[in-house]
This record gives sequence, structure tokens and C-alpha cells, in this order.
Amino acid sequence: MTKNENVYAEEAETQFVSRRRFAKAIGVAGAAGVLASCAGMGDAASTKKLGRVAVVGAGYGGATAARYLKMWGGASVDVVLYDRAPQFISCPLSNLVVGGSRKIADLTVSYQGLKDSGILVLQDEVTALDPAKRRLSFKKFQDQTFDRIIVSPGIDFMFDQIQGFGAEAQKTVMHAWKAGEQTMTLRQQLEAMPNGGVVVMSIPMAPYRCPPGPYERVCQIAHYIKTAKPKSKIIVLDANAEIISKKGLFTKAFEGPYKGLIEYRPNSRVTELDAASKTVTTELGDRVKADVLNVIPPQRAGDLVVKAGLANANNRWANVDWLSMESTAAKGIHVLGDATFPAPTMPKSGHMANQHGKTAAAAVLDLMAGREVKPSTMANTCYSFIDDRDVVHVASVHQYDAAQKTMIPVKGAGGLSTEPTALEGSYANAWAQNIWRDMFDKIA
Amino acid sequence: MNKRWLSRAVGAVGLVMAIGPGAVWASSVSGSGAALAANCANCHGTAGRAMGAMPALAGQPKSYLVEQMKAFKEGRRSGTIMHQLAKGYTDEQIEAMSAYLSEQKR
Repeated sequence: MTKNENVYAEEAETQFVSRRRFAKAIGVAGAAGVLASCAGMGDAASTKKLGRVAVVGAGYGGATAARYLKMWGGASVDVVLYDRAPQFISCPLSNLVVGGSRKIADLTVSYQGLKDSGILVLQDEVTALDPAKRRLSFKKFQDQTFDRIIVSPGIDFMFDQIQGFGAEAQKTVMHAWKAGEQTMTLRQQLEAMPNGGVVVMSIPMAPYRCPPGPYERVCQIAHYIKTAKPKSKIIVLDANAEIISKKGLFTKAFEGPYKGLIEYRPNSRVTELDAASKTVTTELGDRVKADVLNVIPPQRAGDLVVKAGLANANNRWANVDWLSMESTAAKGIHVLGDATFPAPTMPKSGHMANQHGKTAAAAVLDLMAGREVKPSTMANTCYSFIDDRDVVHVASVHQYDAAQKTMIPVKGAGGLSTEPTALEGSYANAWAQNIWRDMFDKIA
Repeated sequence: MNKRWLSRAVGAVGLVMAIGPGAVWASSVSGSGAALAANCANCHGTAGRAMGAMPALAGQPKSYLVEQMKAFKEGRRSGTIMHQLAKGYTDEQIEAMSAYLSEQKR
């Protein structure tokens, strides 16, 4: 046995600590052996094994898929969930860390509940995916093959679309569009900014992760400025022609409580950046200098999906069969969440990724058992905080349309808040509490 | 009937339910009441067991769940968001998700 196999088997064994003696008795026959043995114990002995499924990425899409595979599949399915991070940090609500009313710790959730549910959760980076062999390669572990692979890698950034946004500039100019270190650094930069300082924030051309997210962040930064640094302002350089989500509600906030603090400039795509002088240049040639620079670059599906040849929509996003979330480029590989080329009007949101995860989990179990895969329905709810208390939402419901072979928003369903309210603020907090439990709680 | 036997029988049924339907899907998971009710779980908790300000759905009578969803759908009950979301589901879907949620323990 190689050193790599040992690392893998030890982690597998540690997670099934109550079954350690059994694992030892059979000898460490590699992780597959340990997994198959453990999952076969304790549950109905007659359960037919359907197969072994890998889930890559333990975020809103992947964690949900893994948990529902186990919840619905029980002992019939072995589930291995991989993530490079030791714990989950939520992007939704992370704008409140930028605004100062939350800490990253408030948005951090452990993977322990999933481990306690019989899912093998392993921390490693998946470096390659071979769709034909249904095989994953890793930084630490040996290659592993699976019956099916679900990938939910989220987004990666197209830094090369902005001249000067290389590795060195990335050390000081934050995007904070993946929650964690970047979020905390952007917050520190805002705290260090003098009263009277200028924040410059840029928004990429849609589609990008979380359509209302940038405008929520503008509100959060404006809220901080209003309460702590009233001589400051925020300049928003939006590559889009207008506010692309909750336009009326955000416009009211920009021109109401935050009047005079926000300078919103549409059609202002940032093409160049100088990190040293904190200056950006737009497509139109405008140069804007900042005290704090927050540049959100254009985005595409996570590297893993692109490198595996699954990004068959403009080499940027992954097309999927909306019945099963199976890639249209490779059988047996399912793609979830922000990495997908969206169905009509479907946003790239954590809520949506959770719904993708459930559709994929049900479909994978049905496909492995030889049952018909039936159409699913998906709902979306995106809450945005206007300040540290009041919230607005946008919601939609998407039903599978057999003729068009995609998810179609149901006419007349969904909609927006009429105004920001504290009641919806309490619902937004409950949403976070419940969706995180829906992703990470030990299966009841 | 022997009381001990009865409690054992109930216990065994309980165990099967605790393991979940994983082993016993006679028909597709996709499109089932469980899969439909999973749409509610994002906000109302897995199997409708909610935390915080969100109303719990688990173990509510089916007739109550169906009636509330239809009231939202037909504009007879107002809300912040449910009157918008309920319009996205057919009456058959509302029946199926309500049946599943009503069977869940609180």
C-alpha cells in the first residue's frame, strides 16, 4: 500500500470510528473496501447496493446532493464528498461581514453532521476529472473511480479579462466573491479607510454568481459609510446597462436612505486595473481612483469542469440535462450550481444550487436502480439585506418542460418584495439557519 | 394481544422509518412527494422541521397544508413570499408534498 492510500484509508477509518475494529479485522483493504463494508453494516442487510458516488465540492450544491443521496439512498449508496476546505463558509450573508454586522464565524458550518450521517467527507483538492473513466485525481490521495460523479465546483474568475489583475494585484485588490479570507480583508480595508475615502466597486457583465449580490454589497458598504464614515462615498462601475436584479428595490435604496453616498455608473466595464495606485480604467476610458478597490471579475464554471471538457456552453459553463443534472458532454457526470449554463431566468444562487443537488440526488438513485427519472420542480428565493436589519426578496418557481427539455419559470409565480422590512430580515436569518441545516445536519 | 409484542412490532416499524425509505423505493425518487417536499426544506427545514422564524410543516395535518397552499395560491391568504411561490405548483403537487410532510415527525 502506498502512502497516499494509507492517508485515505486512515481518514475513512477515523470517520467510522465505531466500526474501526471491523475495518481493522478485514485489513485496510483500501478505501473502497472500507466504505463498502461500513455502509453495509447497521442497516437492513438485504439492501441492494446501487453503487458508489463521488460528490466534488461541499457547498450549497454538493453538500445538499451528498446529504440527500444518503438520506434517500440509505445503505444502498456509498457517498464520498470532497472539498479542499476543512469547513463550509457561506457566500449568502457574507456581504453582512463586509458591512460589519456579521463575522465570518457566523457563516461557518462544520462537516461533522455529514460525517456522522455515514457520508465519507474528505479534505483534498480534486485536480482532475476523467469523464470517460469516471475517475478523480487528487493532490493527496490516489486516483479513485466511481459509478457516478457529481461536481459542484462553483465559479472561478477570468482575471485575464482585466489587464493588470495578475497574481500580484490579487494580493491587495479583493473580489470577496468567494466568502472567507477575501471577505475579511475587504472588511479590514474598509475599516482602515479614512472618513472621506472613496470605495470603488466593479460589477461584471451577467451572468455571474448571485445576480442581486453586488447591489446588496453596495447597500452594505453604503450602510457602513453612513453610520461610520459619512464623508465617504462609493462609486459603482457596473458593466451591465442597468441594475440587473431587484432594480426597483435597489434603486429606491440608492436614492432613499443612501442618497448622496452612492454614485452608480451603468455601462462601465472595467478593463484595466493598477493595484499600486488603486486605479481602474473602464472600457470607455474613464479612470477612477479609489481608497478601497473591490473588483468582481467576470466568471466561469470552476476550473475542474472546464479542464474536464464539460464547459460546453461557450467554453465557460456546463450544459446539463435538466431532468437529472447530467452533463450533456459526458454520461455519468452530473454538474450542479453556479457552474451550469442556467435554464431561462434561473439565477446562479445558493438556494438554486441546493435545489439542483436534490434533483441530482433523486436522479442518480433512480438511474442506478434502473427506475424512470421523473421531472422535478425547483424554487428559488434570494434575500438581500438593505441594511443590517431590513430585507427584500426575489422568488421564482421553475418546472421542467418536456417539449423544451429545460426548466421554465412558471408564469404568474414568484415575485418581489414591495419594500424592505424587518420581518423579511427575520425570514432571511431563518432561511440561512434552515438551509445550512438542510445541507449539513446529521440525518434524522 | 401481548403488550410486549406490540411494542416490539411498533419499535421495528420505527426502525425501518428511521433508516429512511432508501432501501424501499418501489417507484422513482424523482417526482415523489419526498422530492417535491424537498423544495420546501430550503426555508422550512429538512422534512419540514423548521428553525427560527420559519413555520414548521412536519407533522401538520395534510388537509391544513393543502388548504394553506391553495389559499396562498388563490390569493385568499397574504404573505411575504408564499403567495408568490404557491402559484408555481399544481394542485396535484400540493397534494403530494402535503401528504409527505404530514407524515413526518415534528
